[in-house]
Amino acid sequence: MISPHPIFSLVGILLVVLGIASGLIWLERRLLALWQDRYGPNRVGPFGLLQVLADMIKIFAKEDWVPPFATSKVIFVLAPAVIILTVLMSFTVIPVAPGIVISDLNIGLLFFLAMSSLGVYSIVLAGWASNNKYSLLGGLRAAAQMLSYEVFMGLSLMGVVLLAGTFRLSGIVAAQRRLWFVVPQFLGFLLFLIAGLAETRRLPFDLPEAESELVAGFHSEYSGMKFGMFFVGEYIGITLISAMIAILFFGGWRGPLLPPLVWFLLKVFVFLGFFILMRASLPRPRFDQLMAWAWKLMLPLALGNLLVTGAVVLAMHG
Amino acid sequence: MFGIARTIWDIFLHGFRRRVTRQYPEQPAYLPPRWRGRIILSRDPDGGERCVACYLCAIACPVDCIALQATEDSTGRRYPEFFRINFSRCIFCGYCEEACPTYAIQLTPDFEMSEYRRPNLVYEKEDLLIAGPGKYPGYNFWRVAGVSIGGKDKGEAENEAPPADLHQLLP
Repeated sequence: MISPHPIFSLVGILLVVLGIASGLIWLERRLLALWQDRYGPNRVGPFGLLQVLADMIKIFAKEDWVPPFATSKVIFVLAPAVIILTVLMSFTVIPVAPGIVISDLNIGLLFFLAMSSLGVYSIVLAGWASNNKYSLLGGLRAAAQMLSYEVFMGLSLMGVVLLAGTFRLSGIVAAQRRLWFVVPQFLGFLLFLIAGLAETRRLPFDLPEAESELVAGFHSEYSGMKFGMFFVGEYIGITLISAMIAILFFGGWRGPLLPPLVWFLLKVFVFLGFFILMRASLPRPRFDQLMAWAWKLMLPLALGNLLVTGAVVLAMHG
Repeated sequence: MFGIARTIWDIFLHGFRRRVTRQYPEQPAYLPPRWRGRIILSRDPDGGERCVACYLCAIACPVDCIALQATEDSTGRRYPEFFRINFSRCIFCGYCEEACPTYAIQLTPDFEMSEYRRPNLVYEKEDLLIAGPGKYPGYNFWRVAGVSIGGKDKGEAENEAPPADLHQLLP
């Protein structure tokens, strides 16, 4: 297959990712409704698809308000941009199909982990710059939660790296020619799934924006499109995690009959649906439970998984 | 841990259940006959206005949404000169219907009266009056109560039944 010029990949991936992110608003509302025995938005356009457009018009028409009491107005305005930037940067290393990748870094996985770590700055700075106790509490929670889950998120992926022998994401996909890594690395898959949920601050791990306790957490003071940016960032974030799960554990674009791109999108959307299903079904844990799980359960499990995988790989190749 | 997995599976199965949402404009809501909705003024079986402009409905109204002005015709029979209900204030409590001595004012099973402009919710007498007797088909207040005019007392004219004796109506 002839690989297209990186510029075409870049524009294509950017448009598709942003398209998916806005479409997810509609998809999430429809799927949540489906699992709650409702219909969801089905009036605007076919199947309610134009609801996204209506939401966009609405959010652009909102007053774009910067609080006069903000700690730093520059940081207040920049914070929502950071999350979009870091998540979009991660997409540069995602191989969508053979040859369709913006930059096939040999440390792609590390780059992804680094960028998702940087994403926490957006939340913390937003919470701090808002100069509001609920925002600050949300930001603090986000910092603790995302840093804690970052630790075993990286460790849970090291099993995959051991098996594939490379950090290059296309190499990891190539290593799954015979067997998807979800089979030998099922524990790693579960750990990464939970870490991914916590990393994108999706329900049930939405403690930084817990509505019932913190108004809206770190984005209490945000309005208009700056508020929308946080949501676009969150939706691109879960698209990214879904893409990473598909690449690392479910053979990326590999699959019979259908073209690679279709297989990849299919897998991504299955996991997007699963993320929304988690939101529909699970309640939010307490914050001390969240921390206890991360450090007392998930981290030892990830370390054990790494140890066993390393021993098996050593025994087979050593 | 299995509890969590089972929860997720149960919620997934909800996707195949019957929807509880009623698609309202296409599937109209069922309104029982006693539903308290849009207010109307009804007429006697022989076509006369039932309203005698006694003001009881306007007094009973807790939100003061009924306004009317009593007047008399040439035979001395009272009727409302104008009768105005402000439906942007009306709470559809039905107290006016309970207060009415002549069954003139009645609430109907209809609530679809949205307007884009607030003044359009003020209904005048010609908007409120309907052609028929509403919920009480055979009832004619003046046949029951009788009417006295010059030289004739209640129930003394030809083809006129004597008025109902209030004491005999008691249980």
